[in-house]
Amino acid sequence: MYNKSMTKLPAREQAPEVRRHNFAEVSQGYDEAMAREEATRCIGCKNAPCMTGCPVGVHIPEFIAHVKEGEFEKAYETIRLTNSLPAICGRVCPQETQCESKCVRGVKGDPVGIGRLERFCADYAMQKGQPAPEKHAPNGHRVAVVGSGPSGLTCAGDLAKLGYDVTIFEALHTPGGVLVYGIPEFRLPKHLVREEIATVEALGVKIETNAVVGRSVSLDELFDEGYDAVFIGSGAGLPRFQGIPGENLNGVYSANEFLTRINLMKAYAFPETDTPVRVGKRVAVVGGGNVAMDAARSALRLGAEEVSIIYRRSEKEMPARLEEVHHAKEEGVNFRMLTNPTAIHGDEAGNVQSMTCVEMELGEPDASGRRRPVVKQGSEFDIAVDTVVIAIGNSPNPLIRNTTPGLETQKWGGIIADENGLTSRENVYAGGDAVTGAATVILAMGAGKTAAKAIHEKLSR
Amino acid sequence: MFQILEKRRLNETTTLMRVHAPRVAKKAGPGQFIILRIDENGERIPLTIAGYDRESGSVTIIFQKVGKTTIHLDELEAGDSLLDFVGPLGRVSEYGDVKGKRVAVIGGGLGIAIAYPQAVALTELGAEVDMIVGFRNIGLAILMDELQNASKNLIVMTDDGSNGKKGFVTDALREQLETGVKYEHVVAIGPMPMMRAVCEMTRPYGIHTVVSMNPIMIDGTGMCGGCRLTVGGETKFACVDGPEFDGHLVDFDEAMKRSRMYSAEEKLSKEKHICRMKEAAAHV
Repeated sequence: MYNKSMTKLPAREQAPEVRRHNFAEVSQGYDEAMAREEATRCIGCKNAPCMTGCPVGVHIPEFIAHVKEGEFEKAYETIRLTNSLPAICGRVCPQETQCESKCVRGVKGDPVGIGRLERFCADYAMQKGQPAPEKHAPNGHRVAVVGSGPSGLTCAGDLAKLGYDVTIFEALHTPGGVLVYGIPEFRLPKHLVREEIATVEALGVKIETNAVVGRSVSLDELFDEGYDAVFIGSGAGLPRFQGIPGENLNGVYSANEFLTRINLMKAYAFPETDTPVRVGKRVAVVGGGNVAMDAARSALRLGAEEVSIIYRRSEKEMPARLEEVHHAKEEGVNFRMLTNPTAIHGDEAGNVQSMTCVEMELGEPDASGRRRPVVKQGSEFDIAVDTVVIAIGNSPNPLIRNTTPGLETQKWGGIIADENGLTSRENVYAGGDAVTGAATVILAMGAGKTAAKAIHEKLSR
Repeated sequence: MFQILEKRRLNETTTLMRVHAPRVAKKAGPGQFIILRIDENGERIPLTIAGYDRESGSVTIIFQKVGKTTIHLDELEAGDSLLDFVGPLGRVSEYGDVKGKRVAVIGGGLGIAIAYPQAVALTELGAEVDMIVGFRNIGLAILMDELQNASKNLIVMTDDGSNGKKGFVTDALREQLETGVKYEHVVAIGPMPMMRAVCEMTRPYGIHTVVSMNPIMIDGTGMCGGCRLTVGGETKFACVDGPEFDGHLVDFDEAMKRSRMYSAEEKLSKEKHICRMKEAAAHV
């Protein structure tokens, strides 16, 4: 028999009034008893629709069955068969649109807390200390991976398991991509990212930091250095701006800059650390995705008195994870929906003072299927702000496409790759946000996995 | 880790370091820069590449002690290592056809160290190079032999007249232009007010003037836009689109305001470091 409870067991959490002043992780996850209890809600469907919602095909009913029996190590091993970064996915995947959206238990009541269970297993294994993985007999081939974000790490890990000699080239000084510079500590602790990356390195993957492909070394030179194939997982890290007057005033940040200063450079600890960040009393964050939520909640934690999310559509269209929107509201972030900025104004020294916005209403659906926001005539109004964070999305960085002859890209900059990740260049594969534009961690991992398989098929032929 | 191979103080505020960084040395070109980080809590700072040796894999940087990180950097010695050193970043200088043409390379302050490799590159391309450099006083002069070799005509100005030529680099440039010297091309590298002053002077003559912008940077690879500038009415990222731009199109007023954004924090960080150093010294 299974547990008939209609509701998902809540995870332990820091209280909102406490956590809005610290960068410690908000969700404390399940303990052993809680994990076993939630696991009993899974009915172990034979056809496992949940698995079709997981981009890397984790054997969900199988691992949950192990959790139910208290066999946590076995559960972890089951997950790791297809997912190299479970401690991360369990925390940052939008499960409500993936595995959990397909869960039979979700038809009436809450779906099984698959994400929380995955996270529990990964955290359990990390605390226990994992045995060093078996080294695989080298097969004589070398593969270069560009970028150490989720797609690159997954591709590298899968190839290493097949005996490839893999080196990842990372432009920044710390590997992890968006996991280290983008997603904040209170959502994804950095020690955990380091440990997950260490499990990939333990497979024999080498990581060279401070290596900007396109500047320090070109893609073609990687082949000269003896690599047989290259996987490009360079992400979508080029920030978009609104293109409105006043965007270059002091106090206007791209979300990438704001979050990089805080997460990667630890500006929250300034002056113990050397990188400053400026957060005023009144902060406006423009956008409705996870990045906007992360920026808004970081600003609160850095002492802002009033933080507003400014979003041009309604709450229903916001692409952010439900849990993060909920957390942001609990912490006191204001939500100004159907609002769009049209100009930012500053003082004589060039510091932001206020922002002009217009009200929007929703018209006909656009190409994305979401109702298009239209400006309400005569609805202009000003709000007082001293910091503005622009979080309206990112595009792929042009550095690699501009320095790699023959690499075909979309008009908007995404690298063109087939369903196996193969690009227009022989033995050059790509995946993740570099191909799709900004998407999710788990989709990037799925793309890394697919490309690893394709590279193996090509090189072992 | 990137080992410091050589350290040489050029004057009381300016230091030269040669750093072992083979990947950077292999690819570096004139006009490009690196970003370094000294240690785990350190910030990332951009410095222009002042020279490189592809064979030994070394890169030369020259910096001035202006704040916490550069003061700390100056305390390191040959044999010590830097945690991170990434590059070459930015675009390589594009000079066009300068063969047989007369050009002026102008450097102020630390900019002299960066202007010097430009003068070398232009000379190698067959240009006739005048170098105009400015120091506060002649005691602070750096790289004088190198500058002499890199240019046909070297004009050294001092703020206090201690070498006999009192005034700013723009005074020397004005004199050249007014006496009828025809420059095809001007390169100006130094503090933003100096670069702006040079641009204002060459504008009425219609002389193409290139400046090397030095805004605040974080990653240096185009992912944050911290270094954005308005050039010809468009937003550009200095780290990937520059750092060199047509000086007549740069919005210097905005760039100068942006460069002062963290002055209070910079002061705090610097004072804290100096305090710590004094305490450490007192304990010895």
